[in-house]
Amino acid sequence: MRFVDEFRDPAAARALVAAITELAGTDSYAFMEVCGGHTHTIYRHGIQHLLPESVELVHGPGCPVCVIPMGRVDDAIWLAEQPGVILTSFGDMMRVPGGRGSLLEARARGADVRFVYSPLDALGVAVDNPDRHVVFFAVGFETTAPSTAVTLLRARELGLTNFSVFCNHVTIIPPLRAILRSPGLRLSGFIGPGHVSTVVGSRPYRFVPETYGRPVVVAGFEPLDILAAVAMLLRQIRQGRCEVENQYGRVVREEGNPQALALMARVFELRPHFEWRGLGFIAQSALRLTDGFARFDAERRFDMPGVRVADPKACQCGEVLKGVLKPWECKVFGTACTPQTPIGTCMVSSEGACAAYYTFGRMALR
Amino acid sequence: MSVADRTERTGRVEKTDRGEAVPARAGTFRRRRPRTLGEVVTSAHGAGGSASAELIETVFVDVFRSPALDVLGDGAVLPLPSGESLAFSTDSFVVRPLRFPGGSIGDLAVHGTVNDLAMTGARPLWLSAAFVIEEGFPVDELRRVAEDMAEAARAAGVEVVTGDTKVVDAGASAGLIITTAGVGLVPPGRQLSARRVRPGDRVLVSGTIGEHGMAVMLARGNLAIDAAIRSDTAAVDALVEELLAAAPSARWLRDPTRGGVGTACNELARDTGLGVLLDECSVPVRPDVRGACELLGIDPLHVANEGRFLAVVPPEQAPAALAALREHPLGRSAAVIGEITDGPAGIVAMRTALGGTRIVDMLVGDPLPRIC
Repeated sequence: MRFVDEFRDPAAARALVAAITELAGTDSYAFMEVCGGHTHTIYRHGIQHLLPESVELVHGPGCPVCVIPMGRVDDAIWLAEQPGVILTSFGDMMRVPGGRGSLLEARARGADVRFVYSPLDALGVAVDNPDRHVVFFAVGFETTAPSTAVTLLRARELGLTNFSVFCNHVTIIPPLRAILRSPGLRLSGFIGPGHVSTVVGSRPYRFVPETYGRPVVVAGFEPLDILAAVAMLLRQIRQGRCEVENQYGRVVREEGNPQALALMARVFELRPHFEWRGLGFIAQSALRLTDGFARFDAERRFDMPGVRVADPKACQCGEVLKGVLKPWECKVFGTACTPQTPIGTCMVSSEGACAAYYTFGRMALR
Repeated sequence: MSVADRTERTGRVEKTDRGEAVPARAGTFRRRRPRTLGEVVTSAHGAGGSASAELIETVFVDVFRSPALDVLGDGAVLPLPSGESLAFSTDSFVVRPLRFPGGSIGDLAVHGTVNDLAMTGARPLWLSAAFVIEEGFPVDELRRVAEDMAEAARAAGVEVVTGDTKVVDAGASAGLIITTAGVGLVPPGRQLSARRVRPGDRVLVSGTIGEHGMAVMLARGNLAIDAAIRSDTAAVDALVEELLAAAPSARWLRDPTRGGVGTACNELARDTGLGVLLDECSVPVRPDVRGACELLGIDPLHVANEGRFLAVVPPEQAPAALAALREHPLGRSAAVIGEITDGPAGIVAMRTALGGTRIVDMLVGDPLPRIC
């Protein structure tokens, strides 16, 4: 694991923090890290406590689990409860509360819910259980969508009739635009998502500097990546530049991954609109299966209730996802809403801003 | 000045104005009696983290009120007229697969109970073993499991003296469930308790962490990660005796099984009402375990161990305790991983390798891999 250690060197971190402190000077800056993976890194390594007071990191909407609305979770539970169905899901989706509890609770009531590490594993479950119908609860940004696409192509090759996908894939640009358009925006720049950008590239973020005048630095997930990205953002601002830069050059290319994008284009099309937890409906922000894959589309194969469930009144996930509120400024943070008893999805995944803050940073340290 | 420097200088961590009221509020709620459970037990309640604690506290502690039970330690310690104390502990074992690199359910069933007794300061003597077997379970396999148990008991110097067998319908249990109970004697004058822990005491771990949990996870075979990680399952009673000889004022012992070192340290913080400050750089983790944890997005501090223990010793005895542990084959990579602080109460903090500081919380539910 030398590869990782290189990006966690305390001496290099101190040098970057010194550079950041000098670049920030006496002004105050707020940068949003869009991606939940970044939020996790920031808390896990205590990065917020290393930065000078003048640089604040605001946690964005990029946790794929956090943005799934309650109604969709209820639909997944409904699917899991259908006779003969095995519902497969990524691990951290299991605890997300819907209107009728979580998948974990559905499993405890007798539903066959299994967690998998990849959609191809779900396909394996379908092959091994020909007399059952296996549904994969697909969530995630462009990071996980290509692997769902590969799985669907493989399912078609195999001629499987007992496999379908409940597609909840979302795309990163529309919520970013929604945040930039929201009134009272107080962000000085963005730390662009790393994994998503390995697929979509760094080019799609150009509208952020060009239309909204905010710099973007696409960053990796190691602590030094984040610090380097903060320094690059400050340097742009100091030098009067405003552009998309790529700190994660070891993985991300400007044009992204054309093969992955082509795969996605074969399998998915944009939905006219999709509801985001806390952010509401956003046009053309999510993916569904094309007609060519209709027989693998759980939404078409099953007559799902599809009931929209309003977020709990006390829950302020939306404000947290937009960076308007800090996790601890939410009314129920740490009291009614904890990782053990989450009300909002931000408290579920360790990438969620609230769970990360509760778990790693709840106590601010001097 | 970095956070770590400030922490070192003052020897304690303090709150800042940034959201100052909230940590206090969250802390208060965290110490409250857990909220009522849902209607059914879920797998999270069996994972050894905070959900397990909630289940135990709201159901069993509430119903079986007894001063000996309230300790919630690894086993009950009951005074005898001789001046010795009787230590009594029980544990059930379910693991899939039954056999994994480094051990089997048979090894776990003996080691788990022997270690629980050792954590009370007892010298383990006798075990019982009860088997719940599913119809259709191969006799050969059962025999191999029993042989593992016999071998593990011999090595730990305990005898299996009584037992029971039940057969249930196929599919009614996880193939095989073993419950062991154990009895041991605590020598007169030996007292291990969270009540004796003081600020400034050192926290030691007897070896590298996370191997058992990772070995089992990889042995399930659905991860496509190829790493030669073996379970650390072992009886640690002999190692405990070495430690107690070198550090007679040792305060507290705990085997960090399900929920891992992170959860055990949280129990320590909760039961002492003090803080625990860990140093990430000092926590011994094998590189392959760290790599597998990185890939899965799991914290090694939350991964189960079956042949390790945590010890709190007064600072002046820490060097001797560490040397004694390292003398023993099971304790070669023992380390001082942190210290007890006088606050914030009930909180486990960690100085990260990078120089930042973060909280280490109890594991909530199973360690679920993150999606990206």
